[in-house]
Amino acid sequence: MRSKVVPMRDAIRDLVRDGDTVAIEGFTHLISFAAGHEIIRQGRRDLTLARLTPDLVYDQMIAAGVARKLLFSWLGNPGVGSLHAIRRRIEADAPGPERIEIEEYSHFGMVGRYTAGASNLPFFPLRSYVDSDMPKANPLIRQIASPYGDDIVYAVPPLKPDVTIVHAQRASAGGDTQVWGLVGCQKEAAFAAERVIVVVEELVDESVIRADPNRTLIPGLIVDAVVVEPWGAHPSYAQGFYDRDNTFYLEWDAVSRDPDRLDAWLSEWVLGVSGRAEYLEKLGAERLAGLRPGAAPSGEVDYGAYR
Amino acid sequence: VAEFSASEMMIAAAARQLAGKRVCFVGVGLPNIAVNLAARTVAPDLELVYEAGVFGARPARLPLSIGDPTIVTGATASVSMFELFAFYLQGGLIDVGFLGGAQIDRWGNLNTTVIGSYDAPAVRLPGSGGACEIAINAREVFVIMRQGVRSFVDELDFQTSPGALAARSSTDASAGRRPGAGPTVVVTDLAVHRFDGSGEMVVASLHPGVTREQLRGAMAWEPRWADALGTTEPPSEVELRLIRTELDPAGVYTR
Repeated sequence: MRSKVVPMRDAIRDLVRDGDTVAIEGFTHLISFAAGHEIIRQGRRDLTLARLTPDLVYDQMIAAGVARKLLFSWLGNPGVGSLHAIRRRIEADAPGPERIEIEEYSHFGMVGRYTAGASNLPFFPLRSYVDSDMPKANPLIRQIASPYGDDIVYAVPPLKPDVTIVHAQRASAGGDTQVWGLVGCQKEAAFAAERVIVVVEELVDESVIRADPNRTLIPGLIVDAVVVEPWGAHPSYAQGFYDRDNTFYLEWDAVSRDPDRLDAWLSEWVLGVSGRAEYLEKLGAERLAGLRPGAAPSGEVDYGAYR
Repeated sequence: VAEFSASEMMIAAAARQLAGKRVCFVGVGLPNIAVNLAARTVAPDLELVYEAGVFGARPARLPLSIGDPTIVTGATASVSMFELFAFYLQGGLIDVGFLGGAQIDRWGNLNTTVIGSYDAPAVRLPGSGGACEIAINAREVFVIMRQGVRSFVDELDFQTSPGALAARSSTDASAGRRPGAGPTVVVTDLAVHRFDGSGEMVVASLHPGVTREQLRGAMAWEPRWADALGTTEPPSEVELRLIRTELDPAGVYTR
């Protein structure tokens, strides 16, 4: 298969456009901060950002001014508290920065939106939202009657991002992508998207993929670019490669609370570096080494040879 | 009796509610400690389910976030979020879901979305996450949260997750479309509350040292007292040892 391996700079330049709907997915696990930072560096504007949990990556991107709208289901710093840069753009008495438009679902609603998008269906039915105020806050969450009896459920519309970006442990040059650990809704978000960028810890030979086909999450068929960016998910994590940098998440609270500190952080760690390699150099080998987990290898299975 | 904090009381009381339960949807923070305590005491066969996509988790450390890698290593199954929400939760396999909130009313309705109006909130809270579907689909919901006049309110600013099914079913045809019973118990730092046949909250027991006046001062409505109002059994030596040495040795959630 033709190689799709490109540098991050080229992938973002060629595949992410002003005004796009962009989904950088990965539930706590495998969040492509490397791609988010490159989008900031290239100065994209008016993006609609979709993610179940905006996490620090969207707090940073929204603070940097790349987005006009946010689609989400849980807005917080996981295990820590708030995403203050985003809150400042939603709350009534928030001073200064321009307000951001929001469109809000529950987790299952967001997963359902990607699922409908990926399967080319006009809606996704679910039992959530009964006796909740959420449909009043978001009129796109609607009731529908079952065509088979008197059941009534809620529906959410398909979400088809212009670009979905996922981080993964490994992929072949052709884009066949394997993930282990939490898989979140990356598969649904990728299949729903017009364009897909995969960022990986390791580039592997296609034979490695073919030796373990059950672990393939996304086929190269739908992948437009493969970016090799070890530690590209830091400060989130990659199962088996590095732990979540919880210190970073804890310290982010004070940074994002203070607009001046946040601007200074973006200047130093995003705009002030040329890319991920320089970011990692700044972070230092010791910080990274402290995030390496111990070993817990899986057992092997035998797929059998059939000729 | 050993000294204990209000948080330790809350965790021990919540853990005991899980006796005899099989499958539990876990949140981070207090619910996580309570569920892991239950698994080591009253509910040894408890299966821990995390919305991030894990069934049968065996966390080796206290997970800081809902998606911590420790919930995956050694688990029975790592599944997609679609599978988790569609098959495990909406499919009816969850006995108990744990929820908390910034506000609760006497019917057990919960607000985790905004303080103030939705369009121009005074405080923007995280929103639903999986809470709305947990409240609707889990067989029952256990609420664990700190209690005060600002959290136990007459009227919610926003209803993210619906409360006790009994409170709806008498008045609202839509209630029949909710598979679960909603909240059945609310454990706070002051008391254990349950719900009566009409779906209204009733104080079942006060924690040791808490008075009726104190509890009245920590909620916006006039509390209803159980006929057999009791005192919550204080945390045992075993419960305290597990909390302090295994589950939260740094005291992040319990001091």
